[in-house]
Amino acid sequence: MSIKEIEETIVEEFGYYDDWMGKYEFIIELGKSLPLIAEKYKTEENIIKGCQSRVWLHAEAEGDKIVFTADSDAIITKGLISLLIRVLSHQTPDEIINADLRFIDRIGLKEHLSPTRSNGLVSMIKQMKLYALALKTKML
Amino acid sequence: MTTVAQHKIVLDVEHIRKDFPILSRKVNGKHLVYFDNAATSQKPQPVIDATNKYYSFENANIHRGVHTLSQEATSAYEVVREKVRAFINADKSYEIIFTKGTTDSINLVASTFGRTHVGEGDEVLISAMEHHSNIVPWQMLCEEKKAKLKVIPINENGELLMDEYKKLLSSKTKIVAVAHISNSLGTINPVKEIIALAHEKNIPVLIDGAQAIHHEKVDVQYLNCDFYVFSAHKMYGPTGVGVLYGKEELLNAMPPYQGGGDMIKTVTFEKTTYNELPHKFEAGTPNIAGGIAFGAAIDYINSLGVENISAYEHELTSYALQQLNNVPGIKFIGKAKERASVISFLLDNIHPYDAGVILDKMGIAVRTGHHCTQPLMDRFRIPGTVRASFSFYNTKEEVDTLVKGLHKVIDMFK
Repeated sequence: MSIKEIEETIVEEFGYYDDWMGKYEFIIELGKSLPLIAEKYKTEENIIKGCQSRVWLHAEAEGDKIVFTADSDAIITKGLISLLIRVLSHQTPDEIINADLRFIDRIGLKEHLSPTRSNGLVSMIKQMKLYALALKTKML
Repeated sequence: MTTVAQHKIVLDVEHIRKDFPILSRKVNGKHLVYFDNAATSQKPQPVIDATNKYYSFENANIHRGVHTLSQEATSAYEVVREKVRAFINADKSYEIIFTKGTTDSINLVASTFGRTHVGEGDEVLISAMEHHSNIVPWQMLCEEKKAKLKVIPINENGELLMDEYKKLLSSKTKIVAVAHISNSLGTINPVKEIIALAHEKNIPVLIDGAQAIHHEKVDVQYLNCDFYVFSAHKMYGPTGVGVLYGKEELLNAMPPYQGGGDMIKTVTFEKTTYNELPHKFEAGTPNIAGGIAFGAAIDYINSLGVENISAYEHELTSYALQQLNNVPGIKFIGKAKERASVISFLLDNIHPYDAGVILDKMGIAVRTGHHCTQPLMDRFRIPGTVRASFSFYNTKEEVDTLVKGLHKVIDMFK
């Protein structure tokens, strides 16, 4: 599926919840259920420090696609990470670089992407795009 | 604190809350419960009005003009210096230096007193519970001067180890800089004793009073501190205004901090002579409106009485500690015997950020994270805490709302 298609699916899924509590319970479930990164990649080098929570991010090339794995010590952050990975992982570098990720706003969670939140998510997206750019250069 | 606890509480909190317009607003559809007072306090109407009135009818630059507006603004601003002097019982009003805030005050002392008194191999002594603003300026100074930053350790309850402190005081120690009250733990440090012990060895002491000035009666002559620093915004005043109190003798011996207008006596291209205290340390046009509004904040505190505020906050904190103690899985970080209205805690293995996000959805404003005290969080081996900090406008009902909120958080994450 393309990034746009996955985004649409997520927006649809969140459409089932009309209050904040349902949405957050869903995000918490996502955060709880997934092992998102291999333990060996939870290194100091892969850490993105936010003031509030920490995020680990690892990227590698698989053919012409990039596979991301990530984790966080906060469950809500981890839930949001799982959404970002669902959208951006297994996509080509160009698609990742050009993704505008508007779905986060559409599901009513853009507050988490405010740079002042310092939960590491903004830096994580930036880092994902940088990885895409770096791997794209390698692939050429 | 026992005398404070016995003080008869005379605050009419319901009435007081009406003075703070922000307290009646809703957040995420819920009545705001503001428990982030250690970060900044809310502002009462008289402070807001003073700012408005200054810009509407009184605005002029100070200390230079002969015209009426400038004279009026100058005296309105200088009256506040006298109010601050009285508030902390300093000996002279020119011992009150206006700054941008606590951080600015500490940087001023580190850059002037520090640069002239700390040399290679010397030591600066701080404590394990300092805010970054009372760590980093000293660290920068020590790096520049090849001096050493020494740290007074704490126990598991978050209290300073005074025996260790005594051992750390030496002829190499050039200044001691310690918080009056910890912003993360609420610990009230025995500052009078800390100062007396340092003075036995002729070491000057700076007290970071940012968390104490609005909760306790502070008397700088009684404490005999050499420097006392604090911010207006934590005492119901505006942001961008702070105070450095320093003993006259020390301030006179210190070189100026920043150069510019107002801090000079004469300027030629060959040589500048500096102004007298306090202007020597106040280069450039200050935050005049902020200063005047700060005066209104001090008047407001005085109208309630610091002792009354202290007694009420003490009772509210005891109530909160009792109620929070019944929340399953709660672990308090900081259990000092002498404590102020700051409570830091963790809920089982729920990350503070997760708790903070859900509480916010319920209109409850708490602080989560490391509270600008990373070394302290490392000391307790935790990523951060949830911190609730109270003020005199908070109520027991609000504490109950927080407790309910925490039950909800536990429900959602279990």
